[in-house]
Amino acid sequence: MEFNLQTKPKAPVVTPETIYDVLIVGGGPAGLNAALYAKRKGLSVGILAERLGGQVLDTSSVENYLGFPSETGEGLMKKFQAHVEELKVPVKEHLQITGIETGRIKKIHTNIGEVFQAKAVILATGSKPRMLNVPGEKEFLGRGVAYCAICDGPLFAGMDVIVAGGGNSAVEAAIDLAKIANHVALVHRSQFRADQILVDQLRKKENVSIHLNTQIQSVEGEGLVSHINALDKESEEVVKIPGNGLFVEIGYLPNSGVFEDLVKQNGRGEIGVNARCETSQAGIFAAGDVTDMPYKQIVISAGEGAKAALTANEYINTLKEEE
Amino acid sequence: MTFLNEEIKKQLEEVFEPMKKEVIVALFATKEMCETCEDTKSFMAEMSGINEKIKLEVYDLKDDAELAETLQVKRAPAIVLLGEGRKDYGIQFNGLPGGHEINSFISGLLEVSGSGEKLPEVFAERVAKIDKPIDIKVFVTLGCPHCPGAVSKAHKLALENLNVRAEMIEAQTFSELSDQYNVSGVPKIVINGTEELVGDQPLEMFLDAIERL
Ligand SMILES: Cc1cc2nc3c(=O)[nH]c(=O)nc-3n(C[C@H](O)[C@H](O)[C@H](O)COP(=O)(O)OP(=O)(O)OC[C@H]3O[C@@H](n4cnc5c(N)ncnc54)[C@H](O)[C@@H]3O)c2cc1C
Repeated sequence: MEFNLQTKPKAPVVTPETIYDVLIVGGGPAGLNAALYAKRKGLSVGILAERLGGQVLDTSSVENYLGFPSETGEGLMKKFQAHVEELKVPVKEHLQITGIETGRIKKIHTNIGEVFQAKAVILATGSKPRMLNVPGEKEFLGRGVAYCAICDGPLFAGMDVIVAGGGNSAVEAAIDLAKIANHVALVHRSQFRADQILVDQLRKKENVSIHLNTQIQSVEGEGLVSHINALDKESEEVVKIPGNGLFVEIGYLPNSGVFEDLVKQNGRGEIGVNARCETSQAGIFAAGDVTDMPYKQIVISAGEGAKAALTANEYINTLKEEE
Repeated sequence: MTFLNEEIKKQLEEVFEPMKKEVIVALFATKEMCETCEDTKSFMAEMSGINEKIKLEVYDLKDDAELAETLQVKRAPAIVLLGEGRKDYGIQFNGLPGGHEINSFISGLLEVSGSGEKLPEVFAERVAKIDKPIDIKVFVTLGCPHCPGAVSKAHKLALENLNVRAEMIEAQTFSELSDQYNVSGVPKIVINGTEELVGDQPLEMFLDAIERL
């Protein structure tokens, strides 16, 4: 029996009364590393987050973070958090940012009614799973359609499941599910994007079938998912792939909706940043999966978070010189 | 069998430090066909050994049927957290709260002991207005990192308004019940048997669903 203890003895809390140098929105790798760097620069800093840890907590194993050849997502995140906790950075968790007012002092509005204040803000809200947008997907959400393999995998023990996608998360999900499910069908509209080392592991699994160049058209079933219809692009035929579960792992969409009017975003809703993590709005910086920086990875998000904090530090210093 | 290693125990000691009042952990087990009852007993015994404010009472679903009925316990293993003066807030755990779910169990203990966080004002008013019986079931798996969040929110509602009952249900232990509610994604939140939410939804979504009833 494992115990995944997350609850921590009370850390200091971000308060609405204080005007911080920097407030960071988001507690994933980008937000946490930004906090580390900002604090070490001597800034007054706090983290506001819906759930500390971010997507890394939904990851079963991480094998590409330098210095940690093989860690669970949770294990790696515990180390990140412990490092930040040592510096006593105040945190306020379980809230959603609903908007930010610009100005010399930025006002951060939340769903819990409290408004927080800072001279600079770092947006590090990450991303959420992208949907297939095919008929049946919404209807069968929680009735076979799933977006978190480590959460919902056990509910499909001994059943047939389908994984949609061809990147690292899809291949990892398929490898993990193959241990629990009777059969796993991986379906992807083009060729693999995943690391070769993962694809090789997947190909070794006996209960996995791989359908590349196959486009999912609809999710079908009665009450619960029974199969998908997909277009085999080579034969141009529609094939029926049976499965009680469909795990959608086709990439991510930035959590940037609430910042639409605040900062410039590209067509995909990613916040535009320059090499210094500056956005189109003075005093608002952004880092990690929520930005238009290419490649969404833990090590990259963490690095970007550091950069955003260093740029924010310079911004705060110039403000102080002006005063 | 021991469940908690020294490291976790030490962390838990700190975590339970702020507990204000005693909490009774009323555990219901059964002698027949219960794979996890013994484990749940040992685990709860260890937890109650960590802080003296955690009092364990072990009952049998059949022998103590009357109490089970009063507390609306229908399955085993099930845990009810009772506050000062044996007050029943309707906070239940069905199935061993291990894995990630240890977090919702801890937060339940802290809340019932009176050391939880205050509900933000925007929600407090809406919660106070709930005037009909509400039953919230939150289905979870132990490997689900964002399930405890949903469980704790449901429990918080139960704590704040006695018309609300909220139970965590471990989907694999109670697979028949999960099948009955078509649970194939967690956390799945079912309110009064009809309103369904999937995912760790923010509190306002719980309240919207309750107000729709
Ligand atoms: C299943 C899976 C497997 C993966 N495997 C790997 C891997 O093996 N290696 C690797 O390098 N990368 C992997 N990734 C990608 C990696 O997890 C992300 O690139 C990384 O977590 C991005 O970090 P971030 O800090 O930008 O955002 P996130 O981790 O998404 O964190 C976002 C934070 O913002 C908070 N938030 C969001 N919106 C709001 C709001 N409105 N208000 C308040 N808070 C908000 C969230 O609660 C969270 O704390 C994987 C991802 C997934 C989902």
